[in-house]
Amino acid sequence: MQPTRTAAAAALLSAVLASPAAAEGLVISNWDGYMPPDLLERFTAETGIAAELAVHATNEEIMGKLVASGGTGFDIVFVSSPFAEALNALGLAAPIDPAKVPNLANLYPEAMELAHDPGNTYSIPYAWGTTGLCYRTDLVETAPTSWMDLLKPAASLEGKVTMLSTDRWLMGAAALALGKSLNDTSAETLEAEGALLIEAKEKLLAYDDTTFYAKLVSGEASLVHAWDGWCNYGIAENPEIAYVIPTEGSDLWVDTMVVMASSENKDAAMAFIDYVLGQETGVWVAENILYKTPNKVAMEALDPGLLEAFPNMAIPPAELIGYEQLRDLGEGQRDFSRKVTEVMAAQ
Amino acid sequence: MLTRGARLAYLAPGLLWLGALLVVPCAILLVNSFFLRGVYGGIDYIWTVENYTRAADWLYLSIFLKSAKIAGLATLFAILIAYPAAWAIAQAPRRRQAALLVLVILPFWSNYLIRTYAWMVLLNREGLINEGLEAVGLIGEPLTLLNTEFAIVLGLVYNYLPFVILTIYAALARLDRSLIEASQDLGAPGWRTFLRVVLPLTLPGVAAGGVFVFVLSIGNFITPDLLGGQKIQMVGNLIYDQFLSARDWPFGAALATVLIMVMMMLLFAQAIAVNRGAGRREAREARP
Repeated sequence: MQPTRTAAAAALLSAVLASPAAAEGLVISNWDGYMPPDLLERFTAETGIAAELAVHATNEEIMGKLVASGGTGFDIVFVSSPFAEALNALGLAAPIDPAKVPNLANLYPEAMELAHDPGNTYSIPYAWGTTGLCYRTDLVETAPTSWMDLLKPAASLEGKVTMLSTDRWLMGAAALALGKSLNDTSAETLEAEGALLIEAKEKLLAYDDTTFYAKLVSGEASLVHAWDGWCNYGIAENPEIAYVIPTEGSDLWVDTMVVMASSENKDAAMAFIDYVLGQETGVWVAENILYKTPNKVAMEALDPGLLEAFPNMAIPPAELIGYEQLRDLGEGQRDFSRKVTEVMAAQ
Repeated sequence: MLTRGARLAYLAPGLLWLGALLVVPCAILLVNSFFLRGVYGGIDYIWTVENYTRAADWLYLSIFLKSAKIAGLATLFAILIAYPAAWAIAQAPRRRQAALLVLVILPFWSNYLIRTYAWMVLLNREGLINEGLEAVGLIGEPLTLLNTEFAIVLGLVYNYLPFVILTIYAALARLDRSLIEASQDLGAPGWRTFLRVVLPLTLPGVAAGGVFVFVLSIGNFITPDLLGGQKIQMVGNLIYDQFLSARDWPFGAALATVLIMVMMMLLFAQAIAVNRGAGRREAREARP
């Protein structure tokens, strides 16, 4: 009797556990507000495929869920490229079938040769951009041109600059200033970056990667380390705010769509990606969240006035592709994290 | 007296709750702390104590010490502010005491995060406090109040003060007034009555409140993030970052285990102190 009962219980349990994955329709996880609010409704109306949205606040959050569950429960996730790379390395990403995604042709050719995934074999770029300096033209004496203007600010800017707190971009500012690769985790590079950042910390108002543009608008900060799209939120509120990529360059960040290898609806997932790559979604992303998208037909359909008001929207793909992408650090992550802790804990 | 079965039935919901949501997660944490981080995050199931040897690094110890210092300061100030407040409430007419106690817990009716954001609005360089001080001509340049250790301690004291007031008030309310009168009759000045009679008898309440503030403060990561501008790292932030930024769950689990051990030792020490105090009192009362 006993084994049968156990078997029955196990069958019941697995049925309960498997039910979300077996449900008809797609489960998509994206950042809140990162796609048109009616996108899923329109997709379902057009294709008859049911789709449900889950939201994540950060890459790390969705990554934690996927690693813990082996990817089950989701069909498509929106993540930044280093995380797409890790998902692929962990065997959690499904290969993209280009035959089922004809709208891939809408992408800029540069967006098909991204360093983390040339040929878009497991990830499709959704939005991309740069990281640079966002500042109040009326509050700085001279316009910043170099990463050193952030890391070793002029006396009048001491206590009025902020840096991004997300580890990769924080260290990235120092890497770019020192002319190092963003993905170099050698001891001497980390040492030099750490020393520069600890020195810079004394002059900082705060580390901030969520409200920095608001600090610029209020005048609490005069110069902040910023993603281009977020600087645009400041520009929208105060035209005295400007964005510049320092002469040493930027990183190229890419947010991507990844289909999970565990998905039981891969064809439907490909259909969704194809739908997103249509012109409309790309235009919505650009107009509503002021991010650049690698969707050529969408970017070409934008109102020229928008590009004029937010000049960083017009950075050409040829320039973007010239910047280094953040890559998963793999074995180097541990030394990298320790150095970040050292910077964050420094007095 | 309840029967054994009835006792168990009464305890079951609480035990299940604690077991499922406290003991099991802590056990998972403990087990995970003996594995290794996979190259792409996740966990490689290889037994090792490496995470603990890594945690013994001076860098991480210094973060523990810094957190202990901040939590200690918060505890000290919370007690210094709470004791007189609790005393005043305990001295008030009985009917007013209830109203005063409601006022003490009133801040809990709004969200912790919102209350902490309010401090950001008050403390920043363009904030109300600086503007006020400038308006009355006390300062020429705005003071740097936000994004400092001071702001963190302030936020912690503000948020946990009610707990201390309540525990000290409870001790004061139980205090036998005739002991104070006896001390006064025997000619002790007010300060001596306080030091020799009132304080020792209310010490368990002070300790309970103090340990509460310390334990809640040392593991806090929201207040240092918001009021410290992320420039001051406490152990809560360190653990948070290991799980979320570094995706090094085993190392984060090891650091969390160390923190939980520290907290448990403090709670044990407090429980022992309280028991001993109670034991001594009983012994004294038993004497003829």
